[in-house]
Formats: sequence, structure tokens, C-alpha cells
Amino acid sequence: MTLQQQVLPLAGTPPQDLRHYRGDHLLVAQMVERGSKVLDVGCGDGDLLQLLETRGIDGRGIELSREGVNRCVAKGLAVVQGDADTDLVNYPDDAFDYVILSQTLQATRQPRVVLENLLRIGRRAIVSFPNFGFWRMRLQLLVGGHMPRTENLPATWYDTPNIHFCTIKDFVQLCDEINVKMERAVALDLYGRPLRLNAPWWFWNMFGEQGVFLLSRAEKAR
Amino acid sequence: MVSVQSIPSPAIHAEERAHEADHPSSLVALFGADQPLKLDCGIDLAPFQIAYKTYGQLNTERSNAILIFHALTGDQHVASVHPVTGKPGWWETMVGPGRPLDTDKYFIICSNVIGGCMGSTGPASTNPATGKVWGLDFPVITIPDMVRAQTMLIDRLGIDTLFCVVGGSMGGMQALQWTAAYPKRVFSVLAVACSTRHSAQNIAFHELGRQAVMADPDWRHGRYFEEGSYPHRGLGVARMAAHITYLSDAALHRKFGRRMQDRDLPTFSFDADFQVESYLRYQGSSFVERFDANSYLYLTRAMDYFDIAADHDGVLAQAFRGIATRLCVVSFTSDWLFPTSESRAIVHALNASGARVSFAEIETDRGHDAFLLDVPEFFDISRAFLESAGKARGLTRTGG
Repeated sequence: MTLQQQVLPLAGTPPQDLRHYRGDHLLVAQMVERGSKVLDVGCGDGDLLQLLETRGIDGRGIELSREGVNRCVAKGLAVVQGDADTDLVNYPDDAFDYVILSQTLQATRQPRVVLENLLRIGRRAIVSFPNFGFWRMRLQLLVGGHMPRTENLPATWYDTPNIHFCTIKDFVQLCDEINVKMERAVALDLYGRPLRLNAPWWFWNMFGEQGVFLLSRAEKAR
Repeated sequence: MVSVQSIPSPAIHAEERAHEADHPSSLVALFGADQPLKLDCGIDLAPFQIAYKTYGQLNTERSNAILIFHALTGDQHVASVHPVTGKPGWWETMVGPGRPLDTDKYFIICSNVIGGCMGSTGPASTNPATGKVWGLDFPVITIPDMVRAQTMLIDRLGIDTLFCVVGGSMGGMQALQWTAAYPKRVFSVLAVACSTRHSAQNIAFHELGRQAVMADPDWRHGRYFEEGSYPHRGLGVARMAAHITYLSDAALHRKFGRRMQDRDLPTFSFDADFQVESYLRYQGSSFVERFDANSYLYLTRAMDYFDIAADHDGVLAQAFRGIATRLCVVSFTSDWLFPTSESRAIVHALNASGARVSFAEIETDRGHDAFLLDVPEFFDISRAFLESAGKARGLTRTGG
């Protein structure tokens, strides 16, 4: 079975219901066990939370933008207005089975502290982020000589909320540094399709438009 | 001599007000000597009564009841004409057919709090033991006392679990107290512009108001009923000060700026030259027409004493441990009486206890009073929260 088939369609959900969901959301949803309790940090308009709730998952959200929160609450989702950088400390240890940080890591002030908090609050963390090592990014900087802009990251350097870009390689390095175990890693191409599973890291780092990681706490070294 | 205008003596509806205190023009639940209300101060209050209004129909499963709590100076007339002032209900924007608190769908109950002056037993009621108005002989009551009385009312109405409890300001305090004390009897909670404890600044403002009432010689140590006087100046000043805290700098500026009242030049006197002065005096005098001065002392005191965490070793999360209730907390950006930081503290505690909570801060420059005004974003959120809670509760479209 190819990874594509593993990811899409989502087991137990009719394919026609999945059309309007983003590829990375479907991938995340597939990583979360049914019946678990999930915190989505930076949940935006709540699309992922809605998808999770259709799968019998108890979802909660934090969102920075007031408009996003209000749209989520209007959808009946349990979402609170808050900031990943400052509010995660208020959550107790092991409060969730999974904590999700979808396309938000690069917008935090302290990505490392945030990542550590994710794995303190949740038994597992799912982190997705745009890969700054993607070939089109590299090409824009190399040939164009300007800060990269893409369809998914259209903001100019002076008004982007994304202040801590990293590559897949950088992220893997950070995980090693803070002793985080990578249970699963998937790179998605520009169209949200997973890249070949057996491809080497450099290939992912070059051709992955974004990375999605399922993380857990590594056993403490004795 | 420089001309002086004080708060005009109101067209006091003294008789109507006194009559409403004992014989309200709404439904009344009487509790006899065998059913005392156990107060936090240690006194058993008996007999006592609760005045309340209901709207809509209770369904056959008895699962669609919503209890609304009024704020400091509100009453049970949430969506019906006030019997003393003849004005419309205080939350008609929220409650009614097709409104967020839809009377076509839900059975809505709103009771006057214990200590109030609109028919529930309070300092303006007649003490059955003496045949005189309670006045300062009335025991000091707390927010938990108010809530305990409401549970007795709900029992009387044959309702086991409320679909939702809803309130803003002091009403929000009651909603949170219900959640902490009777979580199994509450399916969902909408707590607006409130806090789990009254801040030092808020206690300070209340103290200012109480001292204004007590400094009025017509207060007569609370015996104004017997002595035929009324502390309308003191209570008016208390209301003027409080009213400022319900608004915001921006709202006052937008509404009045430095505009003059019916004149182009200052009169070099202490008349109400500015529109904002005239407005505040009007607020003060119209309030004393409908509200009892002693009741104001008791209810502000109840809010001051409120501190849910204090009853749980100072840890707020402990108060909400293991609750299955769904909550929605709402604050307003320009509310400096119950600022967003207070709501955030509630949400942190609820998150820590694992409760299912939503929290929205709504942008408005209208201050604390925003929860009573026409703020569409607030209505949308309230409606959506209730609809999703209704789905989870299995409520059908009609009340049948």
C-alpha cells in the first residue's frame, strides 16, 4: 500500500466528505487515534478541529486572532483566545493525548520552548510547518536574490507573522537536541501529497513543501 | 452666590416599589419555616420568597430550561415590561422568539436574587417576625446564598438539570458559582463580562457607593421606610459613580465629548453645563426611582465577598475539577470593570481542570455595559454556543 493510500482516504470517513479538507489536515487527522483528547494550538478557523470532531475526537483549540476564535465558537468548537508563546505554560502536564501545532511554529517567538511545552502538555505532539529548504524557496533566494514568497506564504518580509522559518533538516536537528522522539515524519509536496516514504532526508528537505511530524517524549537517558 | 444644582428629587414611586418588594407582579415561590435558606453567615432565613418570571415552554423531557441571572441592579423582568418604570425588559435584545435565547426553543427562567428589591426576600421586604421592613436587620447575603435559593426554586419547578445558565457581571458570578457548586445540575454555562472574584478596585468602587448612601442624612441608618424619608441623593451619587465604571473613556467621549447642555457658553456655576453631567444626573435620579438603597448595600456586599477559589484552598482549577459542563466565557475589550484578564484567569483554570470551555473576547468600545447592548458579534457567539450545546443535549427544534 502506498503512503498516499494510507493517508487518503481517511479510514471510516466517506471520501466525498473529505474533499474540502486540506491535505496536511487529513494527514494529521489520520495520525490521531479515535477517542483521544486533542489540543490544536493555532487552530485558525477550526477546520482541523471540525474534521477531528467528525472522527469522535474530543478537540480543544487555542487561537491568537479574535476573528478566528469567534468563528470557531460560532461553529460550536471549544476554542479559547490565546497565544502559544505565553499561554501554554498555563496548561497542566499530560492534559491531552495529542497537542497539534499546525503551520504555527514559524510564527512563535520561542519555537523551542513551545515545542517543549507541547510535549509536556500532551503525550504526543503533531507539528507541521512550511519547509524553508523547499527548492522553490532556495531558487528565489539564489536566483531572484529576494526573500522567498509562495502561494502558501504570500506575505512580504516586512509584514509576515512568520519570524522563525526553518527547514526540515533544522527541525530534525532541534528534535535531537531536546531529546524528542520522531514517531513518524511525512513531507508533503506543493499539492499536499506525501513524498516517497523511502526517500532520503535531503530529498525531503529539497522537495517537501512542508513537513508533518508525529513526536513523543524520548525515554529519559539514565 | 454661585448657582448649584444637585440631583433632582425623583418622582419617587415609593408605594409601587414597596408593594413590589412584598407582592411582586410576577410569579412567586414561597418557602415556609420548614424550608429555610441556609445562609453563609450562619443564619437560617425562613420564611422567604423568590419572585421569578418564565418565558417559553418546558419540554416533556424537562431538558430545555435556561436560568438567567440578572446583574447588580437588574431583576426578573428580563424580557417583559418593568412594573415600576414601565420600561422594556433589560435583555430583550437577547431573549425572545428568534433571539439567541430563543423563547420558541427554550424554557427561560429569571428570578430576582435574594437581597433584591423586586419581590424576592431582601432588606426592602417586610420581616414577618416584626411586621416592619427588614432594613439593616436583614442578614448579609452572598453570591452562593443567591445560588442556593435558586436551586430551591428549580427543585420547586421540578427541573433536575438546567440546559444552560446564563449571566453577565453579577449574573456571570452566579453562573460560575452554579458551575462550581452544582456541576451535575448544569449542562452548559454562558458567563459574560464577569470574574470568579471581585477585584480590589471593584470593592473600592462599591465601598464608594455604599458610603455615599450612608452619608445621606435621609438614609437614617437604614430606617428610611419607617421615618418617611429616602436617601435619593446618596443612592443617586452611588449610581453615578457606578455608571462611569460601566462605560469607557471612548464611549463617553463618543457620546458626549465636551459638548454643552442646552447652552453655548459655560455659566460659571455648578449647574450641569456639560452633557455628560446632565446624563449622569439623569442616570442617578432614574435609578433611585426603581431601586432600594439598602438592597444596593447588600448586593454590592455580596459581590465583594465573592471568591470561588477561596473555598478551594486558593486554587481556582480545584473548584472546577472533573466537571462535564460545557462553558463559554465572553469578555469585551473596553470593559475595565471585569477586564479580559479576569476571563482569561477563569479560562486557564477551566483548561487546567479539563473542562470543555470556549472563550471569546469581543471588540467594542462600549465598556462593561456592552453585554446589555446591541453587539451583534456577542449575539452570534451566544446563539452558536447554545445551538451546539443543544445538539449535544439532544434538544429538538420545538419545545414540545
